[in-house]
Parts: sequence; C-alpha cells; structure tokens
Amino acid sequence: MKNLKKKFQFRIHLKSKHLLVIMTFFCGSAVVSTLASGVTSEPLAEAAGMIVVPFEKSIDGIGSWIGEISQTFQDKQELINKNQELQDAVDTLTEQNNILIQNQSELSRLQELYKLDEEYSSYPKVAARIISKDPGNWYDTFMINRGSNDGIRVDNNVISGKGLVGIVTEVGSNWATVRAIIDDSSYVSVMTVGTDDNCVVTGDLELIDEGKLRFSQLYDKDDKVTVGERIVTSNISDKYVEGLFVGYVSELELDTNNLTKTGTIVTPVDFKHLKDVFVITVNKQDAVDSGSTSQEDAAETGQEGTE
Amino acid sequence: MKSKIVLFFTIIVCFLLQSTLLQKIAIGSITPNLLLILCVSMGLMRGRKSGLWTGFFSGLLVDLFYGSVFGFYALIYMYAGFFSGYAFRIYYDDDIKVPMALTAIMDLIYNLAVYGLQFFLRGRLGIFKYLYRIIIPEIFYTVFLALIVYKIFYYINHHFMNATRKERESIWVLK
Repeated sequence: MKNLKKKFQFRIHLKSKHLLVIMTFFCGSAVVSTLASGVTSEPLAEAAGMIVVPFEKSIDGIGSWIGEISQTFQDKQELINKNQELQDAVDTLTEQNNILIQNQSELSRLQELYKLDEEYSSYPKVAARIISKDPGNWYDTFMINRGSNDGIRVDNNVISGKGLVGIVTEVGSNWATVRAIIDDSSYVSVMTVGTDDNCVVTGDLELIDEGKLRFSQLYDKDDKVTVGERIVTSNISDKYVEGLFVGYVSELELDTNNLTKTGTIVTPVDFKHLKDVFVITVNKQDAVDSGSTSQEDAAETGQEGTE
Repeated sequence: MKSKIVLFFTIIVCFLLQSTLLQKIAIGSITPNLLLILCVSMGLMRGRKSGLWTGFFSGLLVDLFYGSVFGFYALIYMYAGFFSGYAFRIYYDDDIKVPMALTAIMDLIYNLAVYGLQFFLRGRLGIFKYLYRIIIPEIFYTVFLALIVYKIFYYINHHFMNATRKERESIWVLK
C-alpha cells in the first residue's frame, strides 16, 4: 500500500512537465487545424457565449448607467462654458449650413450619379451596441449584442453613421464579434469615387493613433486621384458590399515601381469612442449567388426553349 | 474541488473585467493585461500546474471570442503560467515585489510572442515602434495594476482555496 502511494506520488510529481507537453500538443494541433482545415470553434464559442455574454451586457448597462449619473452632476460653470462654446458652434454651423445648402444641388446630382445614397438605405440594417473589446492591445476586434437570432451572419458588413467600421467574423445566438477595418489583419478592396480606380486598404497598427489606414496598389497613371478623394468599398470585393464609405485620401505617393501608388486614408469613424453600430444583414456573396442562380435559371429556360 | 470552482469563477470574472471595464480605463488605448496577472499570480502562489491550467483556460476564453487562430493565446498564457510556477516555493508569495517583477517579465515575453508570431511573420518589421508604442506602456500599466490586484488574488488564494503546501511542485527541493 505504501509502495503504491509512493508510486502515485511519483507520477504526480512528473505530471506538471508532462501536462505541459500534452497541452502544448493540444494547442499546437488546434492552431494547425484552424489554419489548415478551417475547423471552427463555433460550438465551444457558442457555449462560452451563453455564460459570458449576459454578464458583459449587464456590465455595459451598468457602465452607461454610471456614465449618465456622473453626467447629471456636472459643474455649473462647465455648463456655462459649454453653452458659450455651443453658441459659437451654432454661429459657425449656420455659416457652414449656408454653404452646404449651396452645395446641396451639386450633392444631389452626385448622389444620383453614384447611387450611393439609395444603396446605403436599401441595405437592411440591424442596430447593435458594442459590449466588449479585444482584451489585448494588438488587435481591434469587438463584440456586439446582436447575433444570429437577429439575422446576423458571418461576413456581414458593419457600418456606423459615418462610414465602414468592419466585418463580422464570428456569430453566436445573441452576440457577434466584429473585426474593425483599422485592425492590423484587415484588408478591404476599395475604389475611388471620382475615377473608379481599385486599390486595397489595410489596417496598420502604427497608424491607428492618427486615425488612418494604409492603402496600396492604386494604379493611377494620369494622376487624377488627389488628396481628399473619397474612397468607398469596391464593386469587385467579395466580402464587402459596394459603395460603403471608407474615408478620404490624406497622403499619396508613387511606389518605386513607378506604376502603383500607396498612401494613407483618414477614416471619419472615431474607433476609440465607438458605441453604436449598424450591421448590414446582406452579404456580398448572397447577391453573387442569387445572381448566378438566376442566370443559370435563365440559361436553363433558354435551353428548354431551344429544345 | 472547491479551489477549482473558485479558480474557474476568478478566470471568468477577470476575463469579463478585461474585455469591458479595463477597456474603459485604457490610457492611450493601452489596456493592462489582467489575465496575465492572474496567470502569474496563480503560478507563483499555487505552483506550475495551477499556473498552467489558469493560463490555458484564460487563453482559451480569449481565443474563443477574439482570437483569429484557435489555441494561440491559450498556448502563450499557458506557458506564462507554467514558467511563473517555477517561482513557487523559491519566493514567499506575500511579498509584492516578486509578482511585480514576474509580471513585467511575463508581459514582455507575452507581447514579444504575439509580435513575433503574428506581426513579424506578416512582414511588420518595425519592432521598436511597437516596443515603444505598445509593449513598454503595457508592461508599466500591467505592473501598476498588479500592485493592486495581486492583494486580491492573494486574499482569494488564502481564504477561498485549499492551501498548496506540498513540496512536490518545486524542482529545487531535494527529495
């Protein structure tokens, strides 16, 4: 009996090293299997989501409640100053508004030209709130409080009032994770509004502080694209629906190959203080699939007709 | 069994705080790494095996919700917990300096691992920029947070968990 006990203890003593090796193999195989064969952790994530997400929602609720309370206790002087500021803002805005009214006719003409407005409003959208963010500092992903129950699917595009925010990467029944376009591993195929030139926008951790994104592979031989050009998601992207506003070109330079240009884009979305977003519940791939099936149908009917 | 349940809830609570509350107190969009402090503390106070399991499950949670590659963070956190477990029984766990130093080292290793495996390999070569912008600020903030929360973990360990007074975890004690 004593001997047995000793044996047992001996085994336990060795175990922590062996455990490490075993778990390393486990993690390694998990990494390899997700990379190589695309095995998803969806069922596990779904189960964990059931435990974690309700808490995150309530913490978020408490946070905003406390925020509201602290707002009611603002200083009087602060409010007076703010009022003054707002009055100034009203003056400048009135002036700007006059200019904007003048621009209105031009704008409506442009909108008609690009049919941006129509397409924006024609996409079915679901409003969602950000309930938690990526725990680390390296990536920019966040979780929203709507999931497959609200019709959200993987690859749905996420926008805010101002422009493109990101894309849904994982979905649970009542939550979804979104990868922001400023995330370092994000790639978006975009085009310029004026000239319809395609290029690729990538997130860059080094530019996040300035609120900028990097773009590359812009082929612009005639130098028509200038600083301030509007950038929207392109028609050839297979993940992003066409015509979502991404930002304005802020820097532009010719590559060493003398053919393509790279530069930076300023995004109008304030990612640090983002709270509410809209999820477009139509995927680009849907349109492609339905388009191809209808074409096939047409082809079939055509064949039948000839027969 | 009791310790396991307490540990499980501590991990869940830390993950929740990490992804919600700590994001709100971020300075310059840098958040401290509470989960790493938990792994280091558990490794230091309870030995290699506890550190390993704590790290594995906290990393797994991060992987499930935010990771692009399943198992990546689990691996890094697991090693952080395991190696801080070597300090178990060499140092007394009621001294704040040891967990602070350990946290700083582990946070550096953690961030270098993330940079090396996920950024360097994608051709993002400016290591010093990332070092100054992300890694060093995060280390300072994390160490500062460790100063506060280590006491809490210490309290949880000594009041809600079974004591781990066995010598078997230490490699330095001759048997």
